[in-house]
Amino acid sequence: MNALLDLFTVLAVGAGVFFFLAGSVALLRFPDSLSRLHALTKADNLGLGLVVLGLIPRAASPLAALKLIVLWALVQLGSATVAQMIGGALRRREAIE
Amino acid sequence: MILFNALDLGLAAIVLGVAAWTIAARRVFKAVVGYVAYGLLLAIVWVRLYAPDVALTEAAIGGGVTGVLLVSASTRLQRLPAPDAPPGAALKIAAALLSALVAGVLAAAVLYLPDPARSLAPEADAHLAATGLGNAVTAVLIAYRSFDTMLEKVVLVLAVAGVWSVAPDRFWGGAPAPLGRAAPDAALVFLARVLAPIGAVIGVQMFWVGADEPGGAFQGGAILAAMWMIVMMARQTEPPRISSGWLRLGLIAGPAVFLLAGLAGPIMASSFFAFPEGFAKPVILFIEAFMVLSIAITLPLLVLGPPNREAGR
Repeated sequence: MNALLDLFTVLAVGAGVFFFLAGSVALLRFPDSLSRLHALTKADNLGLGLVVLGLIPRAASPLAALKLIVLWALVQLGSATVAQMIGGALRRREAIE
Repeated sequence: MILFNALDLGLAAIVLGVAAWTIAARRVFKAVVGYVAYGLLLAIVWVRLYAPDVALTEAAIGGGVTGVLLVSASTRLQRLPAPDAPPGAALKIAAALLSALVAGVLAAAVLYLPDPARSLAPEADAHLAATGLGNAVTAVLIAYRSFDTMLEKVVLVLAVAGVWSVAPDRFWGGAPAPLGRAAPDAALVFLARVLAPIGAVIGVQMFWVGADEPGGAFQGGAILAAMWMIVMMARQTEPPRISSGWLRLGLIAGPAVFLLAGLAGPIMASSFFAFPEGFAKPVILFIEAFMVLSIAITLPLLVLGPPNREAGR
């Protein structure tokens, strides 16, 4: 059972790290701001989500696991808002130009 | 172990890299972004040094409050007419020399520490039971060196008075300029409405668990301050008039309650700033609660700056 949980953690956290890596590469390589924003929010959303999912079996208590999930949800709220605001600012700048 | 060493070395390299980038950035906004990233990275460094209390403070102050302060300062600077001439070479060299001197003295102070460094940590731990607290950092701040902490809070009040004092006479007693644009993003309004209640709970919780676990009055107060600032940025509430009695009362509540508790020391316990035996923890938490309030009011007032509107009486 423990080995299975360890495997689950390694796989989920590994997949999360992959999304962060892919998001970071895309952030550097994508041509325009909106695509870069798209890549960044995927890393926040899926990457952190998978890392949290992988860490849940390792949490000391159900409360600690719940805190991890709340953490993920708060980052979601923050990153979604920031993406909206940057997107809005880009559109306003385009309207001016 | 090797993996952790590699991670720490990588972290140190990134911190140095971001610091260099912040200094080299030619535009103010870029430098501010670099500084905020630097503050967040430093928070991770403190976690690696097993100092979670410092990490929380660094993230809240170095990354959060100072970031907002610098962003609003840079926007205000950009509204001013550009200076006639860029700073000359002599000024740049003088600034670089002064910065290098400060950094050099700090580095020397750290490098020439006695090895092993003298530590009061075992002492602080040994007397923890007398305070009724579980977090030695909180015990140091509010019990062992309570007078210093009280004076630090007085300094924060003085800083607010200093910011207010640059207001023109006709604006005295008025409100500072609003933080955000007149028509805020709908997403920001949504964030303010959803996050502020959650953040308020987290801020109070961080103060409350600070007695026994990492956290405390300053960290909790900084989170509450951030929530107030987000709500003001989303224009869900406007900056208060600085003549408001409630505002001023909240501003001085922390140091005032702290001072009164300290003055009551000779009556209730053995000496000035001593807490009664067996009843220390409730007194400490009582003082801290008012400090949370004062910090949550002080930090946004520092960010808001001096009043620039008529008092409207």
